[in-house]
Amino acid sequence: MTQYVLRRLISIPLLLLGVATVAFFLSHFTQADPLSALVSERQMNNPEVVAAAKQRWGLDRSVPEQYLIYIKNLVTGDLGVSFRTRRPVLADIAERLPATLELVIFAMLFGTVSGIALGVLASRFHDRIPDYLARLLALLGSTVPVFWSGLLLLYLFTVKFGWIPGPGRLDARAVAPPFVTGLLTVDALVAGQFGTFLNALHHLLLPSFVLGWSVTGIISRLVRASMLDALGQDYILAARAKGAGEARTLLRHALPNAMIPTLTIIGYSFAYLITGAVLTEAVFAWPGIGSYAVDSARNLDYPAIIGVSLIGATAFLLTNLITDVAYAFANPRIRLE
Amino acid sequence: MSVAATARTQFMTNLRFRPALVLGLLIVVFWVFVALTIDLWAVYDPLKIVGRKLQAPSLSHWLGTDALGRDVLIRTLYGVRYSLAVSVVVVVCSVAIGSLVGAVAGFFGGWIDSVLMRIVDITLAFPPVLLAMAVAASLGPGLQNAAIAVIVVWWPVYARLMRGQVLDVISRDHIEAARAGGASSWRLLTKHILPLSWTPTIISATMDFGQVVLLAASLSFIGLGAQPPAPEWGAMISDGAAQFYSWWVAFGPGMGILTLGLGFNFIGDALRDILDPREH
Repeated sequence: MTQYVLRRLISIPLLLLGVATVAFFLSHFTQADPLSALVSERQMNNPEVVAAAKQRWGLDRSVPEQYLIYIKNLVTGDLGVSFRTRRPVLADIAERLPATLELVIFAMLFGTVSGIALGVLASRFHDRIPDYLARLLALLGSTVPVFWSGLLLLYLFTVKFGWIPGPGRLDARAVAPPFVTGLLTVDALVAGQFGTFLNALHHLLLPSFVLGWSVTGIISRLVRASMLDALGQDYILAARAKGAGEARTLLRHALPNAMIPTLTIIGYSFAYLITGAVLTEAVFAWPGIGSYAVDSARNLDYPAIIGVSLIGATAFLLTNLITDVAYAFANPRIRLE
Repeated sequence: MSVAATARTQFMTNLRFRPALVLGLLIVVFWVFVALTIDLWAVYDPLKIVGRKLQAPSLSHWLGTDALGRDVLIRTLYGVRYSLAVSVVVVVCSVAIGSLVGAVAGFFGGWIDSVLMRIVDITLAFPPVLLAMAVAASLGPGLQNAAIAVIVVWWPVYARLMRGQVLDVISRDHIEAARAGGASSWRLLTKHILPLSWTPTIISATMDFGQVVLLAASLSFIGLGAQPPAPEWGAMISDGAAQFYSWWVAFGPGMGILTLGLGFNFIGDALRDILDPREH
């Protein structure tokens, strides 16, 4: 067990080095002129800026030297300067991280709860109409483009019905709570601004539904399969024999056992959420990393887009590690190779 | 009953009537038909202004008109050409590259396996959309570059799949027998191992068509894929986002992505039941 965790921990820096190498290739070799990935077009005529960039990134050196300098800069947290915001990419990302985290947490919450509910429902009515409906709903969630469903739902609920406030994290007239965690719901509660808390929650409702729905299917599919598996076991028969009600059998006896494999998929669905968050944020004008990535890509802001990919890959690797380790702890029967 | 006869009966039961498969086939055949024949019966030109701008759906424009006054339905129907072409190219290339890498890694093992699979691990470490965006941005906007970006993201999945499959098949007795019979590595791989390893790849590739359509459209939505005035679905939804109060501008192309995705999913699901009933 300890050995497994250690080996996984050691593999992370190696994978990160690989990821950084990919980023190096992206920024240096796909462009005709690597300089264009570091200096914006308008500043190309400014010899001072060009010379400074060449010096900082070692562009006047050989390619292997450039690579070493690139890695060294990354290790010290220097992801370059965004063309668009003219600020260090890392600072931009750090500033926008809480918005994305808050969205992803709420989406994860929605996806997990709805996924488990649909999965249990589908297993209870195996191969009957509720099963088919639950599976169709789940499939729709993973097939529908979030940048389309988000757009139409936003129109429907803001313009047509007026139930949901427009895009963004808070109403324009709402006062943002003082910064503690960066999660507006938490910060508002800490500051005792209950109105702001409700407003932030109201703004979170639609984007986290749209984003969370995209992982509902992944989770419900697995819950259904594990529930069907669990419901066929002897201990369910035993529970029924001693007179446990249907709800109790499902939720107290079968579900906890079905949750072990589900734990992994919830962790991995984080990847889908990051992916989906990029496009969801773009539609809802959500000031997080996703919309930053989209704006950067639209403006061919290479340092920013490559920086976001690097951070995304790091987050992704760490989540998978945590998931695998948690799984190993939750299910000691699994022998890890 | 002989083993072969049992297997055949099993196969026939698996072929029983499947509404989802029929629906999936209908959807995909419809879109392929549209892609092939639209030039013959389109009542409007997808690139020409045919009426007032931003008209709501009506009898003459079933899905309304966009910000320039082009017919949204006709543009949506033309849009399937981009999505189908991109998804076929991406899936075929990814399967070819991924299967080759996976088969070589699984068959030869050792350091070849380690090196190839680390490349796979590193590629899969990136969230797909972010890597595709970075690659597409680095190559420069355009549908062709977007397709390359999606291939870069997609091939490792098939590499892992094929490697696992080859490792599974290689341990079976008949491979040992063929090896003892003096078959060359190449012959072993192509005649004895690969024919038994394709099924999961075919199932997965069918399911992936819809996801590839979605990812390619996402890149176009961001502005890294098809460029205006091409009637590509992602780009059209991006137009729709700019015309927020005219919901119909984005409606058609989104339905296109959704139906195509559902269609491929239904077919893939049924294929899995038919070809590989154990998996279900």
